[in-house]
Amino acid sequence: MTALFDYLLGLGDDALVAAQRTAEWCARAPQLEEEVALANVALDQLGQARAFLTYAADLEGAGRDEDALAFLRDEHEFRNVQLVELPNGDFATTVAKTLLLAAYQNLLYTRLAQVAEPRLAGIAAKAAKESAFHVSYASVWTVRLGDGTPLSHRRMRDAVEEVWPYTHELFEPWAAPEAGLDPAALRGPWLEVVGRVLGEATLTRPPDGWAATGGRAGRHTEWFGPLLAEMQYVHRAHVGARW
Amino acid sequence: MSISAFDALIAADQKIEHQDQMPDGYRESLIRQIAQHAHSEIMGMQPEAAWIGRAPSLARKAVLIAKVQDEAGHGLYLYAVAETLGARREDLLDALHEGRQKYLSFINYPTLTWADVGALAWLTDGAAVVNQVSLCRTSYGPYARALVRICREESFHHRQGFDLLLALSRGTPEQRRELQEAVERWWWPALAMFGPADSRSTHSASSMAWRIKRASNDELRQRFVDLCVPQAEALGVRLPDPALRWNAERGHHDFTPPDYDELMRVVAGDGPRNRQRLAHRRRAHEEGAWVREAAAAHAAKQAARQSAATGALEDTAQEALAQEIDAVEEEWPLWEVFVRPRRGLGHTHAGSLRAPDAAVALHSARDLYTRREEGVSLWVVPSRSMTSSDPDLKDAYFAPAADKQYRHASSFPPPEGVEGL
Repeated sequence: MTALFDYLLGLGDDALVAAQRTAEWCARAPQLEEEVALANVALDQLGQARAFLTYAADLEGAGRDEDALAFLRDEHEFRNVQLVELPNGDFATTVAKTLLLAAYQNLLYTRLAQVAEPRLAGIAAKAAKESAFHVSYASVWTVRLGDGTPLSHRRMRDAVEEVWPYTHELFEPWAAPEAGLDPAALRGPWLEVVGRVLGEATLTRPPDGWAATGGRAGRHTEWFGPLLAEMQYVHRAHVGARW
Repeated sequence: MSISAFDALIAADQKIEHQDQMPDGYRESLIRQIAQHAHSEIMGMQPEAAWIGRAPSLARKAVLIAKVQDEAGHGLYLYAVAETLGARREDLLDALHEGRQKYLSFINYPTLTWADVGALAWLTDGAAVVNQVSLCRTSYGPYARALVRICREESFHHRQGFDLLLALSRGTPEQRRELQEAVERWWWPALAMFGPADSRSTHSASSMAWRIKRASNDELRQRFVDLCVPQAEALGVRLPDPALRWNAERGHHDFTPPDYDELMRVVAGDGPRNRQRLAHRRRAHEEGAWVREAAAAHAAKQAARQSAATGALEDTAQEALAQEIDAVEEEWPLWEVFVRPRRGLGHTHAGSLRAPDAAVALHSARDLYTRREEGVSLWVVPSRSMTSSDPDLKDAYFAPAADKQYRHASSFPPPEGVEGL
């Protein structure tokens, strides 16, 4: 398959798995207002996933659709980074994951909105607006937890430290000619955005040590199988059914 | 405003607003009903949220997230209405968590298959729409306005449920079997949603007299059954009541009433899922406490930093600030939300919400009051900063304007043929 197909799967799978995780908060958020907010983030991510996966399926032209790609691929066929697979943990961990992912997605989408390939640019332009809000939402909470009570400060600090090793994968070489973009170039501006928020949250940027890798090549964490098992089983139990 | 003025307003089918004087019984009935309604919205998220992770298509997953999200939103609109009557959300949630206030009994039944998600929405949201359309004419203004918004959104819930089932009815034999079984499970809990028979209902009479409720339990239940029968035919499902048949004389369907003893037992806490649902809700609330406290602590620190930046405060001001910080740690303050629907129009009041500070209030307002393209600009104002005219001086303020017709151009009809006036 073409590099673009693979690239679209990566974009779509990042968003899909992030949506699946974020939606796990439904009916268990720390405050009713956050129920509505987290569901909005999940819906935006899911919408992006559907747009990218539908595009990938159209490009492939093999009769698959977004659902075939989401529900009928096995673990090793998913191209998402491991960051989005991590369990939600407490609210601080979810806030950290959302901030670090959305800051990257916003930079990426903003650049992809400028590419010549019109369908990719169109999806990215819409997604850039959504991720800008996610950055804002997650920043607000990073600051409140970091600067809140001693307990929340500790939890926010631990969360950023726990998630940090999984961010390196976002900037590994991974591209399609149509995207014309080296992810490594995003890390500078990403550190700037993230560093500013961490500073305001009275937190420091964790040191770079062990770095997760392999998601884009289909190698995932031990948490990913159970996530797919839950997501896919009804669809797979009814072979050929329409919903 | 006196109580006799209240009675006159009710008799004239006028709305009661939150600053009006009202009988204690009216206020208590409203708080009880609105709290139960709000609790039902947020407890009702659980049986459906359990299926978000397993939704068998991405389109259905999106719809289900949006629906469960709406339920949190409806809970928020309704708690905000209760706040206008002096009932704090935190106290109402305590009453829910301690089992002192109730929620709708159907929520205590399990959702066993994907078809249950559709059957629950088609039947219980269908019942809710029948109930709430009648309630939109309730005498309490803030409740009526919230219900108009809720009803609009509930009809999406009801319809998407039917649509989900329709896909199953056109599907495989296995899908059709799950459809039939789910409808059999949800029919009776849905019928029970209208409450006890009129002859057994304890609160109905006063609620009807005060026009909080506008139709009796049995009238609404009949309306619901009559609506469901043709819809069930379209789905090709059998409703599980052998006595269900058209009665030409009455112009309605005859049907077997739900088991009211079971209803009473489940409402009292002894149903298949009561314990788990309530424990889940309590756990989410308790596990969220540190987040709520952190946000309040940050808001207090910010306030302190700002006042330090603007110079040393008088002792009394310091004390007021300390009190404010204490207050914010107990509960996030209330904010009023104003939305500009589109460019060229003014901001109008949409409702209220709780937030630790202005930034969080703006984010929440965006998610809560503009998620269906309702706005292009938002204002949030701390509720305690609003000053309102005194309802007791309503006549002194507004009646004198009534007899000054000379202020209006229409009082001076121009002679025929004269233009440009």
